[in-house]
Amino acid sequence: MDYWRKSPKVFWSFGIPPTIWLFALFLAPLFLVWGLSFGEKQGIIEVAITGTLENYSRAVQPLYLQIFLKSFWYAGLTTFFCLVISFPIALAITSASERWKPILLLLVILPFWTNLLIRTYALIAVLRTNGYLNDLLELIWLSADSGLRILGLGDWNLFGERFHRFELLYNNFAVVYGLVYVHLPFMVLPLYAALDRMDRSYIEASLDLGAGQWRTFRSVIVPLALPGIISGVIITFIPALGSYLTPDLLGGTDSQMIANVIERQFKSANDWPFGAALSFLLMYLTFFALAVRALLTRHNEKGLA
Amino acid sequence: MKMNPKNNSRPSRRHFLRRLGAVAAGLTLLPREGWSAEEKKLNFYNWDTYIGETTLDDFRNDSGIAVSMDLFADNDELFAKLKEGNPGYDVIVPTNDFVERMIRANMLFKLDHSKIPNFKNIDKAFRDAAFDPKRAYSMPYMWGTIGIGYRKSKVSKVPDSWSTLFASSEYSGRIAVLNSPSETVPVAMKYLGHSLNTTDPAVVKAVEDLMIKQKKHIKVFAEDNGQDLLLSGEVDLTMEYNGDIIQVQEEDDDIAYIVPKEGTLLWEDCLCIPKGAPHPENAHAFMNYLLDGDAGALIADFIQYATPNSVAKAKLGDEYRNNPAIFPTDDVLGRSESSKYRGEAMQRLFDEAWTRISAA
Repeated sequence: MDYWRKSPKVFWSFGIPPTIWLFALFLAPLFLVWGLSFGEKQGIIEVAITGTLENYSRAVQPLYLQIFLKSFWYAGLTTFFCLVISFPIALAITSASERWKPILLLLVILPFWTNLLIRTYALIAVLRTNGYLNDLLELIWLSADSGLRILGLGDWNLFGERFHRFELLYNNFAVVYGLVYVHLPFMVLPLYAALDRMDRSYIEASLDLGAGQWRTFRSVIVPLALPGIISGVIITFIPALGSYLTPDLLGGTDSQMIANVIERQFKSANDWPFGAALSFLLMYLTFFALAVRALLTRHNEKGLA
Repeated sequence: MKMNPKNNSRPSRRHFLRRLGAVAAGLTLLPREGWSAEEKKLNFYNWDTYIGETTLDDFRNDSGIAVSMDLFADNDELFAKLKEGNPGYDVIVPTNDFVERMIRANMLFKLDHSKIPNFKNIDKAFRDAAFDPKRAYSMPYMWGTIGIGYRKSKVSKVPDSWSTLFASSEYSGRIAVLNSPSETVPVAMKYLGHSLNTTDPAVVKAVEDLMIKQKKHIKVFAEDNGQDLLLSGEVDLTMEYNGDIIQVQEEDDDIAYIVPKEGTLLWEDCLCIPKGAPHPENAHAFMNYLLDGDAGALIADFIQYATPNSVAKAKLGDEYRNNPAIFPTDDVLGRSESSKYRGEAMQRLFDEAWTRISAA
């Protein structure tokens, strides 16, 4: 631990660049936006930082709180589905052979090599009314129907007279679907990391001592994977909360999330102070949720002790 | 001998490129000091598919000035980019209400008309403008309308009223409306029988109620990609810019465009030089080139928007000159208006109304 005392040059030469990075490219801009949130618009482009709280009092109006609530709901749903889908995927990767593991992990990371925008447009091509998914379903319907005809049941129209294409895009389902699709790797990776570290003998012991599969999963695997679950939930939930591209491109007329409102403040509404206040309110709410979560965990640990 | 520049094929996924262009624009350009003998470069900030196929190469062959073009998706993006200081653009293409806004915010460079002799090619109607008296800051580039693009085989009759989009359940779930308060709210005001420059908050409220009531029949508030939704069959009617619809008409002749009888919003995109432009001399030369009759004809022919350049227009065929989707009849023009800059307080009213519409 005293390493930095012994060779300070090495320490500083490794420590300073990331520190500068953090300050110049993250904390300083964040501070500017924070300052802006206490500003007032003066004319078209000038903003005076007056220390006013007007932006915040506007941001806690029921209209905006309702949109915040909706965003939390969407992000929560996304996180839930990601967790449910990712757990078996992560388990499968951990139990794969050493030769397959890197390949499977690569497949999980592969989507990141493509820009989010391109992936979202690809999703549009898949999901739209005349898209690939509906084409495929129609193909299945047609072959099933002709199968029936061969069996002499064609006149009964058991599957309906004709195939009705599903309207999969431009609704809230599409938004959550898109968010789950985009955030899945964020959940798989920490889960995999946690599960892969787990000592298999615990599972064997649990099974040997008479616990069933479900009991073993619930009382052994899940508690051991808990750190991975928590970090997965956090790094899925937070970016999902701030999504704006997905609701913008896949959502219907009622899919507005808070980030869409924030974006408009910086663009068409040209009200940067209010946009800054909304952004910080979102950040405070996120911190608050994390703090509550941390308190609960600590409480639980005490309860167990 | 004329050099034959590379033939770029037209991108068919415009909105997609638009956004990509916007991302790329954010990564480029640092301001440079201008000096008397300017380097042979120019930074042009334009809409996507809004220049002739060979225009930039032709200009370089003509003048030796290399143009690098970045793309923006809407006026708001353009404005937000320039608001905190010009990141290095020499020529920009804002729409009339934004020209006015930027003049008021002191963001534009006063033009030297002696360096733009081709201004004489411009139709008399465009040589002066309410938003920019005597054209001190802007040159007209293209103009047009917002109307309804629709699929002919899917409508019972020509949708000649805004009520088809704003107050009817006939095409429930088959409608796209622009997701843009500064276009959709004024057009809806027009539908309700008001001037689209009304500053009465009660009218904004009436538009809000109208849209909230109609929302269940509207499939999507589109990000200026209504033409693609129409082309892919996702919707049968869409509120869009005329040029966007005309461009997809070439791919599918079941698509048509109409300006509804209540009239509409007329827009005019202008060439301007933002303050802090590193190459103002080149910028004047480039603007002058774009207003040239031949160059203007090539551009208008390719992008199929209405040109204010009467020399360029005369060089083009009847198919262009007599296309009512490009040049609306005087009757339609008489019932339409162009947007004025409404002031920041109005901007906020519009945005709050739009937030409530989207949240409802």
